[in-house]
Amino acid sequence: MSARQMELVLARIAAEIVEKHPDLDNLLLIGIRRRGIPLAGRLQKHIQGLTQKNIPLGILDITLYRDDLTTVAAQPVVESTRIDIPVEGRKVILVDDVLYTGRTVRAALDLLVDFGRPRQVELAVLIDRGHRELPIQADYIGQAIQTADEEVVEVQLLEVDKAERVLLTNRELVRKKRKISTK
Amino acid sequence: MPLNRRHLLGIEDLDPVEIELILKTGESFREISARPIKKVPALRGKTIINLFFEPSTRTRSSFEIAAKRLSADTVNFSHSSSSALKGETIIDTVKNLQSMAPDALVVRHPASGIPLVLSKHVKCCVINAGDGMHEHPTQALLDMMTIREHKQKLKGLKVAIIGDIRHSRVARSNIYGLTKMGAKVWLCGPPTLLPREFEQFDVRLTWDIREALEKADVAIMLRIQLERQGENFFPSVKEYFDRFGLDRDKLRLAKPDVLVMHPGPINRGVEISSEVADGEFSVILEQVANGIAVRMALLYLLLLPGASTQVVWD
Repeated sequence: MSARQMELVLARIAAEIVEKHPDLDNLLLIGIRRRGIPLAGRLQKHIQGLTQKNIPLGILDITLYRDDLTTVAAQPVVESTRIDIPVEGRKVILVDDVLYTGRTVRAALDLLVDFGRPRQVELAVLIDRGHRELPIQADYIGQAIQTADEEVVEVQLLEVDKAERVLLTNRELVRKKRKISTK
Repeated sequence: MPLNRRHLLGIEDLDPVEIELILKTGESFREISARPIKKVPALRGKTIINLFFEPSTRTRSSFEIAAKRLSADTVNFSHSSSSALKGETIIDTVKNLQSMAPDALVVRHPASGIPLVLSKHVKCCVINAGDGMHEHPTQALLDMMTIREHKQKLKGLKVAIIGDIRHSRVARSNIYGLTKMGAKVWLCGPPTLLPREFEQFDVRLTWDIREALEKADVAIMLRIQLERQGENFFPSVKEYFDRFGLDRDKLRLAKPDVLVMHPGPINRGVEISSEVADGEFSVILEQVANGIAVRMALLYLLLLPGASTQVVWD
């Protein structure tokens, strides 16, 4: 997926959100660290372009809620969670780059309810690649693609990766690339 | 980026990268205490034993709250209720505790080096919560976190540590930590409480509080241990306050945005005037709040160690 296609997809998701929630006052967009954060910001801009309304943004770092925290090989660096307005009674849209096993979203839901009881929670993702391990689905999907388990969907965003595209690679390649970049 | 160690016995063992990781993680944890539900599931199923052989309310409750906010279970053993009174040696005590399968022992003891000794007898993590006149590493970490919160850095800052340096484990841990992070540390106190041995550190020594406070970015005041008054380290409390106590007049010598810190408990009118302790430059109560965050960070980093490879998890 190219940068151009990515923007079109985000514009479409923004339009879908506006269509589904004509009354935008009660919405809150929350990006899941890391790439969900810039994506939520871009959705906010698109929605503002369509309606002149500014939807508040939040950030979730789900590290401490992972279900594999005791078995995961690398200790993830914890970064901060920021939700400045009460989620109580709000319609929350969680935003992430790739929906895969569903475990990140499960963790995000647990974290979110520790901030209060939202009226409704929806999920927007850029890519849905299948292979769910939990009963979770997205409400807004940029593109659904068929993948094999050993493949890797790599979303690159200017804000995080200095490039703007979505790549379908495999684990072997990613591992090789990581080795080179850490040398 | 893991913290590759089993125990935290002192700041002396840490390198700047490790200190940076703990402080950065602590800064991320601060927000959890402001949530409506102040608890995350990270340490679910872990057991942490607080083993305190010395009176402490602040440090003990801070460790306990930190553990509970991470969903760990905590057990408190204090000197007055433990078998030490019945003649059991401390090694036997911890071997018994070890059999209860804890994941961490948080130890405070009046004798220097006890956490190190215990760490050789147990399988779990040992965290030093203050040992004799040796170190109090978590206090130094929370002090550094508080300074960074206000000054955004430690490097190059003039930090004056004033008071009973001799008996202070807080001073020793802060000397190690602050100098490793590039701060310029000044030590100040009466000659009886500031022995020459401290010249071995990369610090400046002075008996004149004015010199220590001159253009200081931070003043860390240490408690005068009044229970030691019988040992005649200074002629009188009044004279001590006149020469080494921090009041508004002396504080004017420091930078206009100086931070006044104190590890607590404070003796008003002995090492610090009430006016300064409660004044606009004081961050003493913020230190307490940061203590919880930095202890959460430490428990998280020590109890959930990982290998050094990064994993894909999308």
